[in-house]
This record gives sequence, structure tokens and C-alpha cells, in this order.
Amino acid sequence: MNLLLLLGIPLLTAVLVLMSRNQQQVKWVSFAGASVQLILSLALYYYFQKASASGATGMLFQQTYSWFPTWGINFHVGVDGIALAMILLTAFVVLAGVLVSWNVEKMTKEFYFLLILLSFGAYGFFISLDLFILFFFLEIAVIPKYLLIGIWGSGKKEYSANKLALMLMGGSALVLVGLLGVYFSGEERTFDLIKLSQLHLSPLTQKICFPLLFIGFGVFTALFPFHTWVPDGHSSAPTAGSMFLAGISMKLGGYGCLRVATFMMPDAAHQYAPYIIVLSSIAILYGAFATMMQKDLKYINAYSSISHCGFVLLGIGMLTKTALTGAVMQMVSHGLMTALFFAVIGMVYQRTHTRQVNEMGGLMKSMPFITTILFIVGLCSLGLPGLSGFVAEMTVFMGAWQNPGMFYRIATIAACMSIVVTAVYILRAIGKTAMGPIKEEFKNLPDASWNEKLAAGVLLAGILAIGLAPFWLNDLITPGTEIIINKLTGK
Amino acid sequence: MMNPVYIALIPLLPLAGFLMLGLFGRKFFKETSGIIATLLLLTAFGLSVYVAYDYFTHANGGVYPKTIAFQYTWLRFTDTLSIDMGALIDPISVMMLLVVTFVSLMVHIYSLAYVKGEERFATYYAYLMLFTFSMLGLVLSSNLFQIYIFWELVGLSSFLLIGFYYNKPSAVAACKKAFIVTRFADLGFLIGILILSFYSGTLDFATLINTLTTPESAAMKNAVTASFLGVSAISWGMALVFIGGAGKSAMFPLHIWLPDAMEGPTPVSALIHAATMVVAGVFLVARLFPVFALTTPAVLEIVGWVGAFSAIFAAMIACTQTDIKRVLAYSTMSQIGFMLFALGVSKYGGENGLGFTASMFHLFTHAMFKALLFLGAGAVIHYVHSNEMKDMGGLRKLLPITHITFLIACLAIAGVPPFAGFFSKEEILLAAFNGNKTIYYVALLTSGLTAFYMFRLYFNIFWSKEPATQHDKHHGEGGFAMMMPLVLLAIGAAAAGFIPFGNFVSSDGAKLESHFHLAFSAAPVLIGLSGILLAFVMYKKQSNKATNLANSLGGIYKTVYHKFYIDELYLFITKKILFNLIGRPAAWFDKNVVDGLVNATGNATTMISAKIKGMQSGRVQQYAAYFFAGVFGLVLIFLYIWK
Repeated sequence: MNLLLLLGIPLLTAVLVLMSRNQQQVKWVSFAGASVQLILSLALYYYFQKASASGATGMLFQQTYSWFPTWGINFHVGVDGIALAMILLTAFVVLAGVLVSWNVEKMTKEFYFLLILLSFGAYGFFISLDLFILFFFLEIAVIPKYLLIGIWGSGKKEYSANKLALMLMGGSALVLVGLLGVYFSGEERTFDLIKLSQLHLSPLTQKICFPLLFIGFGVFTALFPFHTWVPDGHSSAPTAGSMFLAGISMKLGGYGCLRVATFMMPDAAHQYAPYIIVLSSIAILYGAFATMMQKDLKYINAYSSISHCGFVLLGIGMLTKTALTGAVMQMVSHGLMTALFFAVIGMVYQRTHTRQVNEMGGLMKSMPFITTILFIVGLCSLGLPGLSGFVAEMTVFMGAWQNPGMFYRIATIAACMSIVVTAVYILRAIGKTAMGPIKEEFKNLPDASWNEKLAAGVLLAGILAIGLAPFWLNDLITPGTEIIINKLTGK
Repeated sequence: MMNPVYIALIPLLPLAGFLMLGLFGRKFFKETSGIIATLLLLTAFGLSVYVAYDYFTHANGGVYPKTIAFQYTWLRFTDTLSIDMGALIDPISVMMLLVVTFVSLMVHIYSLAYVKGEERFATYYAYLMLFTFSMLGLVLSSNLFQIYIFWELVGLSSFLLIGFYYNKPSAVAACKKAFIVTRFADLGFLIGILILSFYSGTLDFATLINTLTTPESAAMKNAVTASFLGVSAISWGMALVFIGGAGKSAMFPLHIWLPDAMEGPTPVSALIHAATMVVAGVFLVARLFPVFALTTPAVLEIVGWVGAFSAIFAAMIACTQTDIKRVLAYSTMSQIGFMLFALGVSKYGGENGLGFTASMFHLFTHAMFKALLFLGAGAVIHYVHSNEMKDMGGLRKLLPITHITFLIACLAIAGVPPFAGFFSKEEILLAAFNGNKTIYYVALLTSGLTAFYMFRLYFNIFWSKEPATQHDKHHGEGGFAMMMPLVLLAIGAAAAGFIPFGNFVSSDGAKLESHFHLAFSAAPVLIGLSGILLAFVMYKKQSNKATNLANSLGGIYKTVYHKFYIDELYLFITKKILFNLIGRPAAWFDKNVVDGLVNATGNATTMISAKIKGMQSGRVQQYAAYFFAGVFGLVLIFLYIWK
């Protein structure tokens, strides 16, 4: 299958959106485009499975085009199971994001154009095997977010937009320096990820470049203490913006940490792993405790994202095959779950015009569908079996526990403790919004409309597919993590 | 070997019911959902009976085999560690199948009348089905992680059902409390699983038990020699797993959620918080019993003490409560304490394994009489619209069937022969007498208290006042649907004791003869009867005796009445420590320190740029000045530093 389709379809959709004459056309074109993306990603999964079944391993569907030969830059793309999992995630979130934005009235065309552009950047990032174009796509995925928040946001949106853009730019600056460091220190001037991973980068290069890359990408995935763009950015963003931000953008960072930093520089990964573990355990617990004190639904989910993304980094830091698989699973699971969470928050906000949990109550009576989704996504967040969060977290725990030694044990137990704190804040949030006596003014609020139901259904399908039958995702990811682990252990 | 499809159908039928009613109940099965659910459960019960019959008639040389009916890999972590979904068939899981499906069926029938007219009738049945499915999955678990999964799912259904009346703030608080307290215990369970799986290299029950009870195995040597704070890793693992069990089974000090859980509809209390889910902890200890008994006897002893302490602690509180459901809740906690200390004093195999059999026996009989008590209490509450004893009294004429069945249940739990509780409790006491004398005396005292508080309850509901003849709004006892389960359970409570339980369930699968010694039985029976007599004197007629006694006990009574202030202690820990000492500072730190640094960086950049932007003034003279200053500086550097 031709991977360039993954770039072509969003581009085509974006162009068509720009050419559309009215709001209705914009929406339907985007919807059609996002649906095609989803079908395409599922087809990719199908062909990937077929190719794997016939014995193909490593990066599949590779294509290379010379782009800037003097500097050794090639347009090199390909996917393995990890990238494919992220592509599937992106497709699900994009479709749902397009659907929940149905009521955007202000500058609809531009809004949808930016959404589609973001998905273009994300796909490009996940399929890139050349660090230069990977960086290029990373930037494409940042800038539209600044506009999305700045224009369609709410609250202190200028501040949040600036903060988010600057912090993410800072992160990408670190990434760029790291990439250049790797580029210039290798025996061969190349940006090719596969080639670089086969070269033996000198210990000094690894020692300097690994933290640059890891922190740079880490900013995207809310690495403590570079996470403060998360709460403000998410809460100011429009619903679909938050969904993209938490569902996809934060995953760019996690993917980069794994695919670029850890894969390319195994020695440094071992060396720095304890620091990663410490920071991510802090993020997990500290994020959870900070969530407990939040009163705004969006802040609750944003802070809980810090905690949940901590599992991704913890899994990477633990450097066992199971833990890495868990980290990838957590990326997919958290992406779906948090996107759904933000979607539901958007639906509630649209009706009640408040996001403060204290001002709501008993919404189950007037909006059974929306509150049921809120329940399910909350339960997913607190790691209930049958939903994706449980599978991912347990895989990380099991993987983490395979490292003998008191240090790893303590970090894992600290991470485990978050399951209780998560239960506290999730049940508190649900209890205050959905349960309890209902206020007079909320009694006649309408339940979800067709587009909202469809959006929730799409994401829920993903969550359940992982939660009820995790083996397919596990089988998809494991070959990819196996390659990384083999490299790490020097096999 | 029987067809595994039958076994698989037992949990799958309720699951199908849950999906059907959960997704379409509101629209299509508003009226019929109860009937549909009941029929599905009836089928599941029939299958359970068939499976049990088949299993117990095919003993293999006097020993009941442990077999895996089916097993599928659900999630593979490593080559050896995987979560498998399967069904492990052995005497205790078969027994639990019977208990769960039977009590659940009774509750389903009872609810047809009890919950009738409720707006969310279909949802109620969907939740009941979800619970039944999860509980059946739990008891059939063939894998340590599988039991954890279903463990969480029963917790969820319990949460949903406690919070069924979601617009009542007290119900919301209760369901959150139940979930969070048990979640806290589950944290222990989870870490326990991690430890056990690490050392045994497997999550499969059969292999795990086998590995961890073979002293020669390498895994065992590691697990015993590795230690933390002077306690071996395996002991930590088992103790942590037990914490999970203690949370679910409402053992001290993790019991605080159970009394509040009574906010749920009463049939739910009967099913979840009396007969099935709360005994999951006992089941878990029984499931891992060989490891407890053979490898970590010290942990098993802790189990015994926790059980014994909870038994007497809860019985004392039960004597003072006035909400009839809360009395029953504490009584449940106390009875589960009996089951746990019975396991705690037991050994593995042979005659000394009596405690194990007794515990399972008591679990079985308790399910009957406690479900009956709750359903009876439900009928009373349905009638008087109150949970408080003071609103009751003299109901024996108005609720004749409820009265008789309730009395049978009270006699059963008080251990009066020949009712069911007598036999199971005798076995427990005998096991305790042989195993641990202190626990035996605690248990004896608790038996007396049990008889007292149960008959305090009984007299307060049905006697005390003059028999009322007619309430103004009379709607009878609730009809056939509510009375039939009462009668069936009463038959169970009266006759289940005659089952030769040792023939079916024992610690090692071999048959165990139980002997009764008349001399031994005398003490407990006499103590039980005197408890009843005391209750009779104090509560048969309305009098000041109880109040006088309470006043003369003063502070002691007050402490017990306030449940030893454990709830207040928890409130202090969560509010003051968790929220104020950890949560608030974390949120403050994030907002002011971490984010403050980010903002400070931004501000500093702006400030510096504001300060130096004057340099780009466009005036040539200024640039020339900079130029010469630069040259001068370079010259200085060249002259003094470079050399």
C-alpha cells in the first residue's frame, strides 16, 4: 500500500475545504475526508497484517525519494506496528474531532482547514523515517494549534496560545539541536533513522544528544517539569483543539522519545533511564494529586493527562519489552480516551455553559447519553477492566516490575498508587456533574445530537476494541518494540 | 468431562442480558426487562445445578479434580506471563456457581415486585446482570489476573447499584466511598499480583500454586530468600493480595464502605453486600489456600486475627445500630470475619483442614440466611417506608410470611439447632478450638452477641409494640414475587445444614468426615440461647431497659454507637492529609512554582528585550560608538588576555 495516500488525502481535503462555498460544504467535505482517512488507516492495518503474515518484518511499505541530496536528506517513509497504531489513533481522533465541531460558526472554513492540516502533520510525522522530514512534520503539527487556540479559544486564550506555542517551539528547538548533533557526529552525513540506528554513535554524542531529544520531545508529552502548557493550552482550546492536542500532539512527543531518542541512542537510554523514571513517576503521582484539586472539567482532564502521559514515559524508561509495549498502548489508549473526554466536556459545556463541577449536578436525568459516555470515559481513565486504560496501565506495570531492584520497585509502586488517586478525582468529577439532585435550569437540556453520538461512538469503538480484546493491539505493537529492545540489549 | 459450553454459558447468559437491557432496555424492554433477566438467570441457575451435579458425581478416586474447562489468552505480557480468560472448575468454584446463581435468581424474582414502577427498571436489571456476570467470572477465574479483572468489575457493578438512586446525595457519597475504599485495597492486590507473578513466573492459578508450594523449586527459593524489611517477598505478596480480599470483604479497617453501601436498593444489598460480592475476599483466600497454608503460614495467621477481630468488632457495633439495614451490614461483616478466621486457623489437607471446609460451609449457609434477612428487611422497609427501628414494631400480624421466614433466618444465624447456621458455625468453632484457643473464645463471645443483636432486631421489628392491625396505606407484603424468594431461602436457611459439606468441599479435594460432639456444642448453643433470652427480656415489650443499659454504659456505648469513630478517622485522613497536605500543595506548587518559572522566563525575555531594544535605534553615530567600543574591547582582550 502506498503510504503517500496518508498525506495525499488530508492535503486534498484541505484544498477542497478551501474551495468550498459555504459552511455546509466545508463540514461535509471535512467529514468525508476524515472518513476516508479512517478507512485508509484500517486498510493499512489490513495490508500490514497481510504482509506480516507472509513474513515481512521491520519497516514496511517503505518509499524513498531524494529530496536534498547534498545534505543527505531523503523523503523516506515506512511504518511498523508502533507507527501504525499511532496512525489508527490519529484517524479515529480526527474523525471524531470533525464531528464534534459541527457547531463552529466562526470562520468555519479556516477552522476545518487547520484541523485537517494538523492531521496531515501528524500522519507525516508518524510515517517519517528521515529525521529532517520528521522535524518538518512536527512543526506543521504545532503552528495550527496556536491559531486554533488564539482564534477559536475561550478564557485567557492569548496567554494560553502563546504559552503553548512557545513551550512547544522550545521543545522542537531542543529536538532540532539534538538532530543536528546526531547528524554531524555520525560517520556518514545522513538524517536517515534506520541508517543512524545502525551506526554506532559515539558515547559523547549520545550523552549530549539524548537529553536534548528526550526533553525536546518530552515537552510535547508533558514531561515533568515542562508540562505547564498542558492545563492552560487544553482548557483554552476549542473542543476539537483539545482533542487533537491531547489525543495526538502529546503522542508526537511520546513517539519521538521512543522512536528517535531511545531507538537511536541505546547506551544513553540506559544511562538516563533512572532520571526518566524519576520524572515520570513524579508526573504520574503529582499530576494525579494536582487533578484532585481542580474544579474545572477541562482542567481536570488536562491535569489527568499529565498523570496518564507519565505512564508513557515510565514505560519507556523501564526499558523492557513489555513496558515499551505498554507505553505505546498507553499512547493509543490515552489518545482515544482523552479525546473522548474532551468531546464530552465540550458537549456538556455547550448545554450548561459552565465547566465548573460545583455548578452542575444530576445531569444524568436530562442527558442520559452524554453522561453515560462521561461515566465510561471516566472509568476508562481510572483503569477499569474492559476499557483501554486498564490494558495499557497493567502492561506498563507488568513490564516495569520485570526490572529487579528496589529503585524500580518503588517507582512502580508509586505509579500504581495513582490508580487510587485517579479513582478519587474521577468519581468526584462524575459524582458532581452527573449524579446528585439536578438544578432547575438543567432539567430540559437536550441530549446528544447525531453528530455528537457518532463522534462518541467512533472513539468508544476504539476504546472498547482495545479494552475487550487487547491481543490484537499487543500483537501489532510487540514486533516493533522487540526490535527496539533487541537494539537496547545489544542483540 | 462435561461440555465446556454449558460452563461458558453460565456467565455468558447474564452478559448477554446486560448488553441487551443496557443497550436497548430503555426503548424496547421497559416493562419486560425483569422477566427477560429472570428467565436468563433461571437458565443459568439450571445449568449451574447440572454442572454441580455432574461434577460432584464424578469424583476421581475420592478426590475431586481441578480442571480447566476452557481457556483463551487475552493479553500476553511475556512468553510465560499472560492474562488468560478461562474457567477453573473445582469444588469451591462449583459451589460458588450455585450460590451466586441461586441468590441472584431469588433477587431477580424479588425485584420484579420491589423495583416495579421505577423509571429505570430496565437499567436496574441491566446492572444486576452485569454484577452476576462479573461475579460468575470471578469465581470461575483460572488466572490470577483474570480474578483481578472481574474483581474490579464486581466493584463497578456494586458502585452502580449503590448509586442507583443517583439523585440522592447520600447514595452518591456511599457509592464513591465504596469504590474508593475497595480501590485502595485493590492497590495492595495489584502489587501482590506483581510480586507473585515475578517470583513464580506465571499468572495461571494451577501453575502458580504448584510453583509456590514446592519448596525445592528455584522460584520458591528466590521468593523466600528475597526479603524486604525482614519479611520474605512471598509473604509480602500474599499479604498484599489478602489486603485486596480484606477490602472487598469489608474487614477491619477497610470495612467502612459496607454500612454506607446500604444506600442501594435492598435486594441489591442482599445479593452483593451480603451473599456474594463481599465474600469474594474469603473466596480469594480459599483459592490461594495451599500457598497460604503451606508457604506463608504467618500470613494465614494474620488472616485469622483480622477475621476474628472484625467478627467481634462488627458484632459490638451491630448491637447499637438502629437502622435495620446497618445492623444487617455489620452482621455481615461479623459473619465474614467468622469465615476468614476459620481459614486462618485451618491447615492444609486431612482432618486439620476442617477450618477450610467450615469456612466454605458457612459461606454457603450464610448466603442463604443473610440474603433472606435482607430480603425480609426489604419487605419490612417496603411496608413502613423507613429503615429505622423506631418506625417499626408489632408487624408480625401484618407481615406473617416475612415474620416467619425472618425468624427462621434469625435462628439460623444465631446458631440454634437444627438450622443451617448451627452446623456451619459448629464446624468453625471446632476448627478454632483445635487451631487457636484465643480465637475460639473470641468467636464464642461473638456468637452470643450475634444472637443478641439479631433478636434485638427481630423483636424490635415484629414485637415490641402492640400488633398493629392495619396501616392506612395497606399494600400487603408485596405479593407472590416477593414472598416466593423468602420462602425458598427460608427452606435453605432451615435445611442447608444437613448437607454433608465435607463430602464435597475440602482443602485438598479429598472427602472430609465431620463429626459432631454433643459436649462441644453445648457451650455455643447455650451462649446463643442466652443472647436470645437477653434480647427477649429487653425488647419483647417496649421498655426503658435498653435505654437504661445504654446510659449506664455511658462512654463505651457512645463509642460503639459511633462505630468507634473509624469513619471520622478516615475523614480526617482524606480531608486533612490527602486533600490539604498533598493535593492542595501539589496544585499550588504547580500553579505558582513550576508555572511561575515558565512565566518568569517569559517575562525575563520580554524585559531584557525591552532593555536592549534601544540599541537598534537606527542612529549611525550610536552604531559607530558601539563599533569603536567593540574594537577597543577586542584590543584589550588581545593585549591582556590572549597572551
